Amino acid sequence: MAGAGGGGCPAGGNDLQWCFSQVKGAVDEDVAEADIISTVEFNYSGDLLATGDKGGRVVIFQREQENKSRPHSRGEYNVYSTFQSHEPEFDYLKSLEIEEKINKIRWLPQQNAAHFLLSTNDKTIKLWKISERDKRAEGYNLKDEDGRLRDPFRITALRVPILKPMDLMVEASPRRIFANAHTYHINSISVNSDHETYLSADDLRINLWHLEITDRSFNIVDIKPVNMEELTEVITAAEFHPHQCNVFVYSSSKGTIRLCDMRSSALCDRHAKFFEEPEDPSSRSFFSEIISSISDVKFSHSGRYMMTRDYLSVKVWDLNMESRPVETHQVHEYLRSKLCSLYENDCIFDKFECCWSGSDSAIMTGSYNNFFRMFDRTTRRDVTLEASRENSKPRASLKPRKVCTGGKRKKDEISVDSLDFNKKILHTAWHPAENIIAVAATNNLYIFQDKVN
Amino acid sequence: MFARGLKRKSAEDGEDVEGGLAGTQATPSYSLQRQSLLDMSLVKLQLCHMLVEPNLCRSVLIANTVRQIQEEMTQDGTWRVVAPQAAGRAPLDRLVSTEILCRSVREQEGERPAPDVGDGRMPGLVPGLSAVPSAQALRSPQSSLWEVDSSRENRGGFQKSLDQIFETLESKTPGSVEELFSDVDSSYYDLDAVLTGMVGSTQSGHGSGLQAFTSAATPPPGSSCRSDLGELDHAVEILVET
Repeated sequence: MAGAGGGGCPAGGNDLQWCFSQVKGAVDEDVAEADIISTVEFNYSGDLLATGDKGGRVVIFQREQENKSRPHSRGEYNVYSTFQSHEPEFDYLKSLEIEEKINKIRWLPQQNAAHFLLSTNDKTIKLWKISERDKRAEGYNLKDEDGRLRDPFRITALRVPILKPMDLMVEASPRRIFANAHTYHINSISVNSDHETYLSADDLRINLWHLEITDRSFNIVDIKPVNMEELTEVITAAEFHPHQCNVFVYSSSKGTIRLCDMRSSALCDRHAKFFEEPEDPSSRSFFSEIISSISDVKFSHSGRYMMTRDYLSVKVWDLNMESRPVETHQVHEYLRSKLCSLYENDCIFDKFECCWSGSDSAIMTGSYNNFFRMFDRTTRRDVTLEASRENSKPRASLKPRKVCTGGKRKKDEISVDSLDFNKKILHTAWHPAENIIAVAATNNLYIFQDKVN
Repeated sequence: MFARGLKRKSAEDGEDVEGGLAGTQATPSYSLQRQSLLDMSLVKLQLCHMLVEPNLCRSVLIANTVRQIQEEMTQDGTWRVVAPQAAGRAPLDRLVSTEILCRSVREQEGERPAPDVGDGRMPGLVPGLSAVPSAQALRSPQSSLWEVDSSRENRGGFQKSLDQIFETLESKTPGSVEELFSDVDSSYYDLDAVLTGMVGSTQSGHGSGLQAFTSAATPPPGSSCRSDLGELDHAVEILVET
């Protein structure tokens, strides 16, 4: 939809009617481990949507041009490019496999005809160039049309090769490989607003890279204790500020966020701001720390707020107020009484991501049973929706879902004990300008759009 | 498993209530739940994938949970308050780690119990405690296991890792869980290899993990557990320890 500006979209959440648009991926009940989607990301214009999976592959979808004869139908996303980004590796020194799973993809802003993205697994970050080729040269002097070299002595005349159109081919090539800088598992990458540098964060360290330089990086945060026995806290996520190229934040497993300014010192171990909500003593349990661990942190597009996701809630913080968040939204509070079971089956360690709508008026995050939640910050309303093949008729409206916490279960409600904890929505993405969302449900990618009036 | 979260006891209410750390008198049901949580946590820490590096965040969170439980148990001196009827329960069903943490400070400082594995007798214990093989008793069969295979000096590294785990569990000071992270980069994986090689399939419930460990304490003929590890692992062990 040409011309849709960043501030033009209406508020999300309940003011919109969300409809099914597309679903990508196998229908098969048997899910291949390698097909499980591990990251989803729109590019800056929203025309491209990238997914990474556990098998190390990246699939990029491109939005089709609007069909002029059907002005009310939005462009659909179709496969644009597929490539193997990372392969499984073996660390011989530790006798351990390095998984090829793509942990994160981040797009670079587009500067020419080609598209660039960063993709990372646990140890290595790669810069990929995705370019189109729709012409090829014909009429070379030194080789035949089929590529065989011609005998130079037989060439009696010279000609200028000419460009002829060919079927569109999309090529992905690795332009940079940033390796060997992380001892621990990379959990985040973030491109700086200067478009020249980016950061990569693992459990204990954050490194700053220049996109052109692969053989060295600067360590800007290091929380590794001298004595590993004293380790009680790890880094869980990190992100650059969208406008201030010297500012970044990182979150921890103890529910704290530190904002750092790279101008103050080379090693940003001392934070400029420290965000932590005081604990509620009445709800303290042995699981308090685990559920306070932050799994994702995202700046708002405006750069004035940031959002954090912990196990049960999403919190919006004003960067000017460190003492507590300005908003707290409960994602699935009904799980609080089930924490022991969720600890036993390891679900309590699931890392959910969160995202902002283009105008920052709404936020979205995933839950279990293929449910995902949207919170409208303006109207203060929230809705629970489900990504399932049963609701997958074209332009079918999504019906709000409700979880019944106890007592009498109403019709259409689902009880907590019936939730499928294997169907978790960890990765979601919101188009930067329009109300189009991408939701990863295990090995399927759902795309939903708002109903055009 | 538990339908509800582990909660703090309030008054004489037998029901589960959210909670943890501030010193109300622990009832048997709360103690049992807390103990079970502790057992589960210890098993989670020890049972990791053999081939892929364990998730550090998860390990840190579980270790912190174990530390919290240890601190609370130290504060309310729970190991002294085990009800008599609990003592009569089948000792071999209890996990070894349970008893280690339940042993009194006096016991730990005092003489070491004789390494009687599996016969349930535990001389010198505070009366009322269930009798199970102690950590030290368990360690001796482990040592003897390795002594059978004594031609391989590099076993010292493995023994060290295992010792660290058990020293941690026996230690007088609360918060000794930090030792679980000493040399986490290398010996942690060695420990995994040892446990996986010895215990075999480890994905079952929290009880059977260390229980299998206990039963594996009786030395198998020769070095069968060692031979389960591949040549490559052996070579890497040597590399890692140098």
